Amino acid sequence: MNFDYSEEQQLLADSVRRLLQNDYGFEARKKIVGSAEGCSPQVWSRFAEMGLTALPLPAEYGGFGGGAVDLMGVMEAFGESLVVEPLVPTLVGALLIAKGGSAELKQSVLPAVAEGKMKLAFAHAEPGVRYALSAIATKASGGKLDGEKKSVVGAPLADKLVVSAQGGKLFVVERADAGLKAFRTLDEMAAADVVLRSAKAIPLQGGPELIEEATDFATALACAEAAGAMKFACDTTLEYLKTRKQFGVPIGTFQALQHRIVDLYIAYEQARSMACLACSRMDSSENAADRARAVSAAKIKVADNARLISQESVQLHGGMGMSEELKISHTFRRLTVLAQQYGDADHHLERFASL
Amino acid sequence: MDLNYSQDELAFRDEVRAWLEANLPRDLRDKMASYAHLSKEELLRWHKILAKKGWVAPAWPKEWGGTGWNVVQRYIFEEELGYVGAPPLIPFGLTMCAAVLLQFGTEAQKKRFLPRIYNGEDFWCQGYSEPGSGSDLASLKTKAARQGDHYVVNGQKIWTTLAHYADWIFCLVRTDPSGGKRQEGISFLLLDMKSPGITVRPLILMDGAHEVNEVFFDDVKVPAENLVFEEGKGWTVAKYLLGYERMNTGRIGESKRQLAKLKAFAAPMMKDVRFRDRLSRLEVELMALEITNLRFLDRMRRTGQPPGADVSMLKIKGTEIQQGLTELMMQAVDPAASDELSVSIRKRYLSMRKTTIYAGSNEIQRNIIAKMTLGL
Repeated sequence: MNFDYSEEQQLLADSVRRLLQNDYGFEARKKIVGSAEGCSPQVWSRFAEMGLTALPLPAEYGGFGGGAVDLMGVMEAFGESLVVEPLVPTLVGALLIAKGGSAELKQSVLPAVAEGKMKLAFAHAEPGVRYALSAIATKASGGKLDGEKKSVVGAPLADKLVVSAQGGKLFVVERADAGLKAFRTLDEMAAADVVLRSAKAIPLQGGPELIEEATDFATALACAEAAGAMKFACDTTLEYLKTRKQFGVPIGTFQALQHRIVDLYIAYEQARSMACLACSRMDSSENAADRARAVSAAKIKVADNARLISQESVQLHGGMGMSEELKISHTFRRLTVLAQQYGDADHHLERFASL
Repeated sequence: MDLNYSQDELAFRDEVRAWLEANLPRDLRDKMASYAHLSKEELLRWHKILAKKGWVAPAWPKEWGGTGWNVVQRYIFEEELGYVGAPPLIPFGLTMCAAVLLQFGTEAQKKRFLPRIYNGEDFWCQGYSEPGSGSDLASLKTKAARQGDHYVVNGQKIWTTLAHYADWIFCLVRTDPSGGKRQEGISFLLLDMKSPGITVRPLILMDGAHEVNEVFFDDVKVPAENLVFEEGKGWTVAKYLLGYERMNTGRIGESKRQLAKLKAFAAPMMKDVRFRDRLSRLEVELMALEITNLRFLDRMRRTGQPPGADVSMLKIKGTEIQQGLTELMMQAVDPAASDELSVSIRKRYLSMRKTTIYAGSNEIQRNIIAKMTLGL
């Protein structure tokens, strides 16, 4: 038993954090979010140089064969800095292709992803269908896909989409062959609703189990990212309590507020513990049920605590917490989305109880 | 990062589990399972079984009978004790008084008291709280006046757990009432409960149990050699002890056992999604606490540093979970029924309200984290 990152994992997390501190401050991020693309190509190539886009990919396709724990420190840093570049959608797409793609497909996609030259997105949810696999309506016939996908994060930036269809089947579609209605999510990510009309599709092997695995992978990473965002929310709120004066004293001297910030730090520690569990079991579980149970348990706790911490840290900032000008209001948005992404607490409570 | 126990740790856990299964007397286990109150004889019977095995005081230095286990092994052992449903090892002697003597006691004090604590010959209780001094412990008023080779103690302690079983009490007393900082002038004194002038009066709690007492001191003579550390430095000793008190309050093994019991007898209620989700959230909270606790242990093992003030969160969360479990149990049984299970759970529900109050109320724990960890 140990909770340390390995030396390599720690070094990677540290250098990502340094990069983000230097090139991804709040003002720099604002410019990226405000750009037409909603993503910085320069930052993306730095990520690629650091190996982030290659980390969990198989070694024979230019990857490092890493797992969720290898990415955990990186995701915590992403959460602290509210990174909008679509690393998780790309890696989830790559995981699906690595597990289900033909050798030819893998060769044409994975090395390019590893080098940072190709981005992916996973188009799964549909209008009226959030998490229930059995209700997916997109139809595949004769190598073509027909259907609608909703709120696909990273789709406008992606070169290819991995698309789920009836029966939990999976396909790869060129982004150019899909109709996109692009928008920004609540937490400022580039996303799109996707329409597929006889879109040319390459099938993947594997069905619902593969979707479950990829979604668990994304969920574990989301838990780590949320832990990072919670850490920032707690730290910045604590700083505010120490500096903001009312009645002639810092408001942090008031016990009513002290107990609330203490509860936020406890909530963060509990959430981070569960992020450790999710990432660790993602990599080491011997069967899918163990993995799913750990990931769902983590998401329940992370979702509940993301809600608590985001709401309370805005409250403790007073009016300033509502302001667009303060990073905390953006962290609020990210935590709100993360609480529901890949299944909200209710969804995971249902799944946890069924396992 | 690897959240699994190592092969060695698993082997250790299996060894402990098997031994406990084989050596925990049936009648004690049954009594614990029905949340019954244990007599002094019953508590000591279990204490002595563990002492004979050499496992009653794992954290002590080896020369005094400790096992030499690392922090993780000690945690595993404690968790297994809770999980098997063993009687509690009363901490006042084994954990608290011993920790103080080992850190601050003279050789003579260690030799005199530690072996008797180990063997269960002396039963100890803790004289901290007073009627006007609960959370504000430094305001305590019980006086000890030095007269020649002894102190004369006058005053009153309250909420003294198991004082009616105790042979000895360790007390915080005021040796210098002359003012100055309140924390100064407090001393740490060991008193023989058989001393003339000590009266113990029961306080019955709302579950009907006699667990805590008032203890009155009326011109009690205490030999000066029973002073621990320097006169007027008792607050240093008390603060040292508080960290110890908080480390083992997560009660994770115990809560796991209660969770399993609840799941078993409340199985029909699991069809009710509202009940099921409350239970699941509590189970997840317990998982998070367990990992958080292991993270603290891992940090202690790596750094060799004692736990920081943030271990207070283990007490806060651990007691909230214990109460949450009893609350669900209470909901799952009929509050008006007279069957054995319902009656025992009703009592436990009442009794467990104490957990967020004792050993430093959870509000005090939050004050500690705010001040010591967050710098507020």
